[in-house]
Amino acid sequence: MSLLLSVKGLTAGYGGLPVIEDVALDVEERGIAVIIGPNGAGKSTLLKSIFALTIVAAGTITFAGRNITGFPAPKLVPLGIAAVPQSRNVFPSLTVAENLDVGTYAAPPRDKVAVLARVLALFPDLQAKLRQPAGELSGGQRQMVAIGRALMSEPKLLLLDEPTAGLSPAYLERIFDLLLGIARSGVTILMVEQNARQALRIASRGHVLVNGRNFMSGSGEELLASDTVRRSFLGGAEAA
Amino acid sequence: MIEFINLYLIPGLIIGSIYALGAVGISMIFGILRFAHFAHGDLMTIGAYGTLTAVWFIPVHPLLLLPFGIALAVVSALAVDRFFYKPLRKLPTIYTVISSFGVALIFRSLAQLLWSSGNQVFIPGVKPPLVLFQTFRIAALHAQVIVLTLVIAVALHLFLSRSKLGRAMRAVADEPELAAVAGLDTEKVIRSTWVIGAALAATAGVFAGMDTSMHPNLGWNLLLAMFAAAVLGGIGKPMGAIAGGLIIGLAEELSTYNWIGDNPLISPSYKSAVAFLIMVVLLIFRPQGLFKGRLL
Repeated sequence: MSLLLSVKGLTAGYGGLPVIEDVALDVEERGIAVIIGPNGAGKSTLLKSIFALTIVAAGTITFAGRNITGFPAPKLVPLGIAAVPQSRNVFPSLTVAENLDVGTYAAPPRDKVAVLARVLALFPDLQAKLRQPAGELSGGQRQMVAIGRALMSEPKLLLLDEPTAGLSPAYLERIFDLLLGIARSGVTILMVEQNARQALRIASRGHVLVNGRNFMSGSGEELLASDTVRRSFLGGAEAA
Repeated sequence: MIEFINLYLIPGLIIGSIYALGAVGISMIFGILRFAHFAHGDLMTIGAYGTLTAVWFIPVHPLLLLPFGIALAVVSALAVDRFFYKPLRKLPTIYTVISSFGVALIFRSLAQLLWSSGNQVFIPGVKPPLVLFQTFRIAALHAQVIVLTLVIAVALHLFLSRSKLGRAMRAVADEPELAAVAGLDTEKVIRSTWVIGAALAATAGVFAGMDTSMHPNLGWNLLLAMFAAAVLGGIGKPMGAIAGGLIIGLAEELSTYNWIGDNPLISPSYKSAVAFLIMVVLLIFRPQGLFKGRLL
């Protein structure tokens, strides 16, 4: 497997003290990589740094062998990176169809109709809602629109910031199932997740961030089996 | 009934169309750039003077010379955005609001300097109105204003709902940060907003200048009614602004009709207060406007 995304020595923040310091992260092609860690560990900051939404003080970000540190979104999307923010991730007054269409603007696909058909095959629930404003949908459906919008640019790498935040347990299962399907179709996923246990179960690779630094990383099973991770981040009492 | 249509309804639609075209720009600029553009009235004035100047040199109907006024307004708006508003983009928007006050004064003073502070007319002389079915009387200009406004409203709707650029503009108005993450070209959207806003402002300015007379305060005097129209329609909703403009215009004119007894309901000299009354009531009870716009 080849390296798709590589973060080295990344120190970044929002102007004051750095939120993450000297962080390294390697994402291999295919599969799901998950970043977990306590609140305030800098998980989202790491994701945002890849999209140049933070102030990067040091370090490099390489995508498919190319240095993309500080590239703005209009340059990243055509390269094959799409991101879904945690909140406010749909255009509420645009219809579902329009939301998906906007996903193609920065990187127009060769066959828009085929891409739309593929996205709708992943999210059949959206088919009936295409003409409805996205703002009228439930939280779970919105998340589908948001992920669908990102997939419309046919990314190689999909960044997700807490895709299950605020969703009911039933929807959480569905979103994770969908993510497995997306990963199987060949899109590499890098996501930040609060629901660490469920996320590690579908992850091929897990990274634990604590206090803005790398704490440990390993395969999903390794982290689930690790005593340290179980005690500190998974709420050890719960049966695995 | 005939008198009601000829003397109240049609004038209401005319002033309403002028408010509507001006309010579209105000609403779109607020939706996309997040600030109240106080120079919008004076941008109308500049556009109208552009057409007036063309009228002096080219002896055709002023409405055919609209492109000259539109071009002047568009260039002025893009230049002002580049040199005054863009450097302030990262600061809180109140800086831009205040600077737009300054730009309004610059526009007005330039108009006084270049075109004199007196009244000027587009076409001298009085034209007989068109008479339809022997009873409805409508000035040719008024018919043209109503038709052009309708055409513009339909074209704007199609542009915003069908075209890629129009959808990108609505996306940026909805969630600017998400639009940026999705890779949309925000600066291009901003430039397009100025082009559309300035073009419609110039058109409205020419309508207003032809309906009455041209003077440097033309647009400034219309500004607050246009803001009322933008709020009424819902900030960031261009089609709402058109509806809002027509409603405010009609409300102003119809409030002077003798609904009860023989006297006007409201003395015509107070009719511009109607726009403010609507705006105040709206801001208290329905600040998102009729079409669910952004909260101010």
